[in-house]
Amino acid sequence: MSSDAPAATDPLEGIAPEPGVAKPDPILTIDGVKRSFGGITAVNVDHLEIQRGIITGLIGPNGAGKTTLFNLMTGFDTPDTGTWRFNGAPLSGVPAHLVARRGMVRTFQLTKALSRMTVMENMQLGATGQLGERFLPSLIPGLWRRQEREITARADELLARFKLDHMRDEYAGTLSGGQRKLLEMARALMVEPELVMLDEPMAGVNPALTQSLLGHIKGLRDDESRTVVFVEHDMDVVFDISDWVVCMAEGAIIAEGPPSSIGQNAAVIEAYLGATHGQAPARRRKQAGGTDQ
Amino acid sequence: MGTVIFFDALRTAIGPTAAAYALLAVGLNMHFGYTGLLNFGQVGFMLVGAYGVAITVATFGGPLWLGVLVGIAGAVVLALILGIPTLRLRADYLAITTIAAAEILRFITRTSGSEPVTGGVFGLRQFAGGFYALNPIPPGSYLGPLSISHGRLWTMIVGWGLVAVFTLLLWALMRSPWGRIIRSIREDEDAARSLGKNVFYYKMQSLVLGGVIGAVGGAVFAVSLQTVQPDTFLPQVTFFAFAILILGGTATWIGPIIGALIFWFVIAGMQSALRRLSDAGQLPEFFGSQAVGATTLTFVGLLLMLLMIFRPQGMFGNKREMQLDVK
Repeated sequence: MSSDAPAATDPLEGIAPEPGVAKPDPILTIDGVKRSFGGITAVNVDHLEIQRGIITGLIGPNGAGKTTLFNLMTGFDTPDTGTWRFNGAPLSGVPAHLVARRGMVRTFQLTKALSRMTVMENMQLGATGQLGERFLPSLIPGLWRRQEREITARADELLARFKLDHMRDEYAGTLSGGQRKLLEMARALMVEPELVMLDEPMAGVNPALTQSLLGHIKGLRDDESRTVVFVEHDMDVVFDISDWVVCMAEGAIIAEGPPSSIGQNAAVIEAYLGATHGQAPARRRKQAGGTDQ
Repeated sequence: MGTVIFFDALRTAIGPTAAAYALLAVGLNMHFGYTGLLNFGQVGFMLVGAYGVAITVATFGGPLWLGVLVGIAGAVVLALILGIPTLRLRADYLAITTIAAAEILRFITRTSGSEPVTGGVFGLRQFAGGFYALNPIPPGSYLGPLSISHGRLWTMIVGWGLVAVFTLLLWALMRSPWGRIIRSIREDEDAARSLGKNVFYYKMQSLVLGGVIGAVGGAVFAVSLQTVQPDTFLPQVTFFAFAILILGGTATWIGPIIGALIFWFVIAGMQSALRRLSDAGQLPEFFGSQAVGATTLTFVGLLLMLLMIFRPQGMFGNKREMQLDVK
């Protein structure tokens, strides 16, 4: 179950597969982040580092707090306590739109295609620093038309790469579920993020499209040297493309390590299957791509 | 009699009141049609615009242009007061807050304590003289069978001119990247946020702009009637403006204009027909002179229902857009 990627030099070679282990070049460092809803602790992460330039898979049973952690990191929710740093700069309390502008962009478990806008408009929206987005300059097309052409050209390239170019001028609401996932990923790339956070990118995508989506995620790492964190339930997918896997249960990080080690990890097996031992998740063929919060 | 009723209807449809309502609807189109903000208190912005002119001129003896500026400034302040606490919350909070705020404003203007400034329930008069003094149209009766006075023609030209100006402004804004963000907020504000857009800031701009357009509508309304009274600013005015917007087609540039023309044509035509038939003794007492207003509104409601059933996108709305699953 080894991936075809981290080729010659694996940056995480020799790193101990223990929860909260330090990594050579972390892009995101989380410290003591806690979030409770009433009496339930949804997220309670003591320490976690996300290595730059690799694909990190975030797994865990339903209700483990994966999406909540995503929401907290990207400013869509506020933790009770805790701090986190992105590229060395503290990110606690920074609103969602500024998190995105700093280079950490997330997608959503339930895709948010902007239905009554065309695929191209969805893409154009992703570009940052547009002069035409300011009130008064927007009234003078001469000021932003050139920038708009550049943005459109970049969007066309991405659409071609994600095989959505034939839908360019259709309303996004007419896309299929899988196409919406593709559009959301392509749109996130328009922001030019350093770190892409994908919340269940494969949920509800048909198997034929899954392969191409996987290819795109690997491409983010290999061709564009971006960092990827993704939540996924399908273990085959996780072990196929991750360089490192982090497992959460009941809000806490219970294990992390290279994919080869995580399937044998006793804590992971227990979290998925309960205290009585059964098969490791790696050998269960498909976990239904259900939803969790 | 048919032609008489037709001319009655046409006279109102192109009149200054219809222009004022078109401005209210243009503002609502900014809020509701493009941004998805549910503003149920557009009449509050209208009141601020109308009283801005009336109080400045009639109470404090200021010039008319200053009154218009006061009304616009008042609308900006009102939008900020409404928006700062509610725009971070779910859409329905804005709806509740705006409808309440508009009523609060009406009660403040009509209370006896504010009579020295607002004239209380009696309102204010004699503040529009400066506007009619600028009238370049020689006295007389215009547009043939419509027999429109030169004063009314002057307010019509200015009123519909302002409608054109603000329609053009919205058209230019909405085709720009600024407008793209506004529409993305209507579709899904979390998506806009995840792409680095300051959603709160854009919603606030939209609320202020639409509110200012509503206030200008209020100023046109006040100047054309040459009087303001608190109880003309009832919540139903907002819903007439919504009816106009939906009738013409939300999120289209021409919707508010066509909507206002049709809405007032139907209302005035219906009223004229009922009144004339009633005077001729051809109507049962049930619809008689006392009930003309109620009967007209019932008929307009029925018409809107039929429109929603058979043409939910309005006269000029985009049918394909309408059929898309928004969620």
